[in-house]
Amino acid sequence: MADAKEARLQATRPLSPHLSIYRPMLTMMMSIVHRITGAALYFGMLLLAWWLVAAALGPNAYGRVQWFMGTLIGRVILLGFTWALIHHLLGGIRHLIWDTGRGFGPSEREWLTLAGLVGSIGLTALLWIVGYLMTGGVR
Amino acid sequence: MVEFTLPKNSKVTAGKTWPRHPDAKREREFRVYRWNPEDGKNPRLDTYYVDLDHCGSMILDALIWIKSKIDPTLTFRRSCREGVCGSCSMNIDGVNTLACTRTMDEIKHDVVRIYPLPHQPVVKDLVPDLTNFYAQYASIEPWLKTETPTPQTEWRQSEDDRRKLDGLYECILCACCTTSCPSYWWNGERYLGPAALLQAQRWLVDSRDEATGERLDFLEDPFRLYRCHTILNCTKACPKGLNPAKAIAEIKKKMVERQV
Repeated sequence: MADAKEARLQATRPLSPHLSIYRPMLTMMMSIVHRITGAALYFGMLLLAWWLVAAALGPNAYGRVQWFMGTLIGRVILLGFTWALIHHLLGGIRHLIWDTGRGFGPSEREWLTLAGLVGSIGLTALLWIVGYLMTGGVR
Repeated sequence: MVEFTLPKNSKVTAGKTWPRHPDAKREREFRVYRWNPEDGKNPRLDTYYVDLDHCGSMILDALIWIKSKIDPTLTFRRSCREGVCGSCSMNIDGVNTLACTRTMDEIKHDVVRIYPLPHQPVVKDLVPDLTNFYAQYASIEPWLKTETPTPQTEWRQSEDDRRKLDGLYECILCACCTTSCPSYWWNGERYLGPAALLQAQRWLVDSRDEATGERLDFLEDPFRLYRCHTILNCTKACPKGLNPAKAIAEIKKKMVERQV
């Protein structure tokens, strides 16, 4: 009797709020971004495969990919891909450091995480500037 | 399983605003999660005004003030009121902590928002059902396991070995860390969570314990241990200043070390 009542109560119990009420903190947000960039890289790799397959198929196919990558949308996608790649790479390095048991102090963990964010944006900008310089500027 | 939104019966609705105390001069607004198992309604967020001139400085003081002066039905766990028992753990201003050791002054927002520990079944108001949490703690077998015959006197331990337990044995099992972990929210049935794993590490590093291999075998599992993605909410939430994320990293290191 008591057990039945208890079971009924358990079934009606609400779940307390979680994601919607927890304060967004840097390490938590960066963990989410690491996940998202990781998933985005699957699509980035498809893009890379498309480019390589086109190169193997011949000048016409290759030209079409080059044209698409040159459009505004193409460039935004490429920019996103390079950023996701670098961000995920730096996140991977951060996790490697944490896997050795280092970098868990109150200030270390914050600056390590911030360095990943700042570094990914900085390196992406650098990559694109160098890229444009090598191909003779924005066309 | 990852479910970002709350089930239908758990959606928090607007609650009532309780009358202010007539003589209060300095007030602080509190919004508190309420759920009554007996009225069949959804949880709600009630508003209270706490008279700061007649109330202590801690969040727990404010809750007790509300319960004794405004609304005796407000339900929460509390006991020692000095951060030793771990009863009054709850989500205060977006972070899990103990109501008794968090001052009202520390909260920068004007309104103090209080919820039960996140992603747990609610028994009533701020009281979560922690059955799963305790079962997971029991599953790591938190006691000394030995093969050697029990000595006539104590199990001896050097000072250096004893020091290895510092930062681990102080855990009060308040569940602030475990219920702050998004990975635990999505996989709480199978992932042991930061508190149980910190305790696992406490027994793994104990120089007197002789079941290290057996303990590691139990933890070597894609879910029990490896659902930790170093999100660090646990370490930031711990009201005792412990570092569960680091303890988990140490267990993962042990897993690698015993393979090579």
